[in-house]
Amino acid sequence: MFLDFVEGPFWYTAVVIFVVGVALRLVDIFRHGKQEDLASVQGSAAAGALRTIVTRSWTAPGFTRGAAFHLVAGYMFHIGLFVVIFFAAPHVAFIEERILGFGWTPAPHWLFILAAILAFAGLLLAWLRRVMHPVMRQISTFDDHAAAILTFVVMFTGCMALFQSHDSLRAIHMLSVEILMIYFPFSRLMHAFTFLISRGYTGAAMARKGVNT
Amino acid sequence: MVELVTEHDVERGKDVMRSQIDAKISAYFSSCVHCGLCAEACLFYTETGDPRYTPIYKLEPMRRLWAREKTFWGKLGARLGALKDVTEEDFARWQEIVYDSCTMCGRCSMVCPVGMDITYMLRKQREAFAASGYAPEGLQDATRRALETGSPMGVTLRTLQAQIKHVEQATGLRVPMDEQGADYMVLLSSMEVVNFPEYIESLVRIFDAAGVSWTISSNAFEATNSGIQIGSSKVAAELVRRVVDTAESLGVKYVISPECGHAYVALRWEGPNLIGRSYQFQVIHIVELLDQLRAEGRLKTEGLSEQRLTFHDPCQLVRRGGVVEQPRNLLNMLAPNFVEMDDHGVMNWCCGGGGGVSAIEGADELRLKAFNRKKRQLQELGISTMVTACANCRIVLEEGLEANEMEVEVVGLTDLLAEHLARDKD
Repeated sequence: MFLDFVEGPFWYTAVVIFVVGVALRLVDIFRHGKQEDLASVQGSAAAGALRTIVTRSWTAPGFTRGAAFHLVAGYMFHIGLFVVIFFAAPHVAFIEERILGFGWTPAPHWLFILAAILAFAGLLLAWLRRVMHPVMRQISTFDDHAAAILTFVVMFTGCMALFQSHDSLRAIHMLSVEILMIYFPFSRLMHAFTFLISRGYTGAAMARKGVNT
Repeated sequence: MVELVTEHDVERGKDVMRSQIDAKISAYFSSCVHCGLCAEACLFYTETGDPRYTPIYKLEPMRRLWAREKTFWGKLGARLGALKDVTEEDFARWQEIVYDSCTMCGRCSMVCPVGMDITYMLRKQREAFAASGYAPEGLQDATRRALETGSPMGVTLRTLQAQIKHVEQATGLRVPMDEQGADYMVLLSSMEVVNFPEYIESLVRIFDAAGVSWTISSNAFEATNSGIQIGSSKVAAELVRRVVDTAESLGVKYVISPECGHAYVALRWEGPNLIGRSYQFQVIHIVELLDQLRAEGRLKTEGLSEQRLTFHDPCQLVRRGGVVEQPRNLLNMLAPNFVEMDDHGVMNWCCGGGGGVSAIEGADELRLKAFNRKKRQLQELGISTMVTACANCRIVLEEGLEANEMEVEVVGLTDLLAEHLARDKD
């Protein structure tokens, strides 16, 4: 009964809120508009935007030491999470059956385990830094903690559902995913989409001045 | 004439802050994951360890306003009283953080993983602080003088004329004033007129040697723009307009920005947007022009600076202005022992006094702490000469070196070039 609910009406509700919410947030960003740049340019804004979207995936020259923790924890978490979301066998099956109508070869079990460990370790390291480092304590908000905790719960219930093939555990995992999806558009998790806009704007502005970032 | 706000008015500040939130700022706040990496790029944080100087935290008033009015949870939190409004106390508290501890050097904007241009945001936030009357007295005074006399230091045409007379006597060359139809109109910073008049002498010698057609206007010779520093687009536009009107009435093809970082950004990059139209002339930084003359073979030099020297990159010229290779081309021509700092070019560290910080008396102690970063950079290289291309950097660096009893000479790039001009033009 509960499983039917979380795999049925609540799933569709979460999907609608996620899709519409994300779309509205993106529209809202662009709705603010921005002033046209009237200064004569030194370089291509489009090329700069694309370049910065790519190059900000690693650190600026000479900045690796200052960014070592962020780089390691960030990549561990994001790569691990990406593999788990899109290549865990149950997820591939779910995507095929419920979303796209087609699937792809899932990751072998050992790779899934490795990815899950990386994602958990990365998330925990980043969160521990958030609660321990004076700078992080100063700038962190409720949203930062809520997003981290929700993501942890989703990953944890996912592992439980995988290891204990039991409907109730699967239902709890589905429920946590759906709560995360509903929370997503209203939270900092939106950075998964908006980082492209953000990097693009800065890259374009700097390229117009002839600066590669 | 535009008037400067000195009375405290938080509501006006909030209105202006609200009006500054454009698509870029909205995207930036939506993307920020509060990773804190920007702190590691800011010399005010690295040299003090004070988390208040974390760049993204400097934007907390604007972030809170954005969250309260633009986000679902923020609106809900505001209704429930969980997310407090931006208050008079916040403006008063953040004034020091927004002005004293940020030179708008842009280093944080180079490292943000989600690509936020934090400097752009801080520049916008200063608009709200200036409009609410929460700006440092030193900057307010400088801005008032700029509006009234044309110069933030109160330098008048008479002062300039006196310096020009000395230059003409020393060089035997004439300084062309108000010449209609000259190719280039030269701007100066007050700092150069008062503290480094040798820059004017260097220009006269170089332009004479290279056969450059140029002039100085007695109506608009000041390049610096306090409006940019304090964060008042109205003031900044007024100051830009004076230069633009004069240059267009003289019919010059180019306006030369002097060795001053923010003056270049003000006129070259922000100016057209401030006055709402493009110019009928081009803006060129003196270092760009010198490199152009070098490339065209119009600069004949002799002798080389044999000493080991380095280049301090003025943030607004290099990181925020895009003039990165030109100073290096010139230095490589003049100094075979030119060496780079560990962090250089677009990632160099600020002198600590840009963005109006050097005009804030109360920020002196913090500025000298921030200078420790430059001190370490210089100690690592073990050099005795540092070249730069910004008069404000130059004076801030000299003060820092003096306070630290360091024997390093600071030289302007234009002056260094003038020293090595071939005596025989042919």
